[in-house]
Amino acid sequence: MSNGLALRDRLATSCVRAVNRLSRLTGRGSGTVAGGRVGLRLAPGLLGSLARGRTIILVSGTNGKTTTTSMAVAGWGGVVTTNATGANMPAGHVAALAAGSSERGVLEVDEAWLPIVMNATRPRVVALLNLSRDQLDRASEVRQMAERWRTALQADASDGPVIVANANDPLVVYAAEVAVNVVWCDVPTTWLADAVSCPKCTKALTHAVGSWHCRCGFAKPKAITTTLHEQLVIDGRRVNLDLAVPGEFNRSNAAMALTALARIGVDLAGAVTRISEVASVAGRFSVRHWNRHTVQLLLAKNPAGFAAMLSTVPADRSDVWVAINARIADGRDPSWLYDVPFEELRGHRVLCFGDRRLDLATRLDYADVDFLVVDDEEVVPVSDRPVLLLANYTAFSDWLARSSA
Amino acid sequence: MIRVAVLFPELLGTYGDGGNGLVVSDRARRRGIQASLEHVGLGDELPEADLYLLGGGEDGPQRLAADLLRASSLASRVNDGGAHVVAVCAGLQILGSSFSVEGDDEYEGLGLVDVATRRGERRSVGELAVRVGADLLVGFENHGGLTTLASGVSPLGNVVKGRGNDGALDGYRTSNIWATYAHGPVLAMNPWFADLVLGAVVGEELEPLATVADRLYRERCSVLGR
Ligand SMILES: [Zn+2]
Repeated sequence: MSNGLALRDRLATSCVRAVNRLSRLTGRGSGTVAGGRVGLRLAPGLLGSLARGRTIILVSGTNGKTTTTSMAVAGWGGVVTTNATGANMPAGHVAALAAGSSERGVLEVDEAWLPIVMNATRPRVVALLNLSRDQLDRASEVRQMAERWRTALQADASDGPVIVANANDPLVVYAAEVAVNVVWCDVPTTWLADAVSCPKCTKALTHAVGSWHCRCGFAKPKAITTTLHEQLVIDGRRVNLDLAVPGEFNRSNAAMALTALARIGVDLAGAVTRISEVASVAGRFSVRHWNRHTVQLLLAKNPAGFAAMLSTVPADRSDVWVAINARIADGRDPSWLYDVPFEELRGHRVLCFGDRRLDLATRLDYADVDFLVVDDEEVVPVSDRPVLLLANYTAFSDWLARSSA
Repeated sequence: MIRVAVLFPELLGTYGDGGNGLVVSDRARRRGIQASLEHVGLGDELPEADLYLLGGGEDGPQRLAADLLRASSLASRVNDGGAHVVAVCAGLQILGSSFSVEGDDEYEGLGLVDVATRRGERRSVGELAVRVGADLLVGFENHGGLTTLASGVSPLGNVVKGRGNDGALDGYRTSNIWATYAHGPVLAMNPWFADLVLGAVVGEELEPLATVADRLYRERCSVLGR
């Protein structure tokens, strides 16, 4: 893709590749961000130059970005350029586009960076999954995020991207309703704790099965393109969605990815088949080995993510492992543990891992859930079946690194 | 029997503040004291309770909560009925005489305590430790408020780490109100504080209660450099 780039951008691009190669070789990083940073310093407009001429889908939202991005890549088929390691800010996008020559691109975008990345990459489609509280000690509050998206989408002209948006998330609807091209998706969305009061007038929203509205007139959009119940329906076409990855939330992610692909003309049946085969995304849902244990790794970073993951825990599984850290990438404040419906784990015993295992144990104690604080990992009881491990961001990375395939 | 009411968790529950109601009622029950725990929603009438809990919230919801509470019987229940209140973060600001959230617009609070909050120069985000008598209160703060106490209003304690009201003092307290910027499950992280509140609500000295929260509290105290 480097033909058509200005000299400055070409030089910057080769620097991106060189730095990434070096950082991989020296083992200092996975080589996806360092090079991008250098490139942006040399040529601030590099992201836009690298994106020019490509067909790009952006995916953003609090939960499910990485999985949905991965599903869109798989569903598209063939060679697709993507930031697969979740380096979801501009340096990561630059690195991905510099490394990948395919003219098709799917990029996962951090919520706060979406307006800038949209502006730079001129995407064909932007998928907006959901907005909920996440790392509030770092990011701005969730309503401000919706406001920023709305401002960015408002500026969007008629030749701008198609916005594939979750109609069941009032904050997403608030952001997307001002866009010229919106495709509304009616997909299962269980976490609504952050959208109890109306984003427009702050009065109480009324939620009923399959609908929501406010007295001020703000309501779930009526013109729906995609619905997901037993079957998935996109533009009136029905397909069965039978995924390898667990959980209702993953079906919603797949539905959004497929809607985005349908909008750029990808054949639906083929895309469904390819998406159904996705079994693990950057280690998520993968079954791993650690000491004498077999562990299935589930990532959950915030209350909405945890609520979704807890719903996948089978009732007959006695021990469940949970690992909690509060490092910078997790957000330093684990208060959100009290927003997670851990009461659902009553009847199980929870083994508490991670830097903040005592915060977790205290939360479980007050939830009346049986727990064991794991201070000595040598004495963890071995289960005859794979155990589920729910971990937040850095705890998940730790476990992925310390376990083997 | 004590009745605990968490007020408008949808508006004032941004940082897991709902946990405080759970902690107080659970620590009562473990001592054989019956406790009811109620979450008061937006359309609900304010129930009669012995302890009301207010959490943190974003600007818009905070103003709505202040409107709802000014129109409610909370002030008279606290002033005349002897009900107790634990208020954190936005809740702390709402009980005062005025607060500014967006821009410089001043908003009317409940006026239960002579305290005014204006927008500070910058947000305070990080660990908060406050010396309260012989005890240390540990938690996390995330707010943009600068709170000034009128003369005669007692702070909850002196800031050891973090900012609290103004870098020196945190929160305030009256005979039946405790307020702090340590948001979220401050009662979970500080079992002594939960029992101080519970003891005042039941009006008697409490037996000690050993829970895993004691270990958590010791760990946080050592991290915060007691
Ligand atoms: Zn409204």
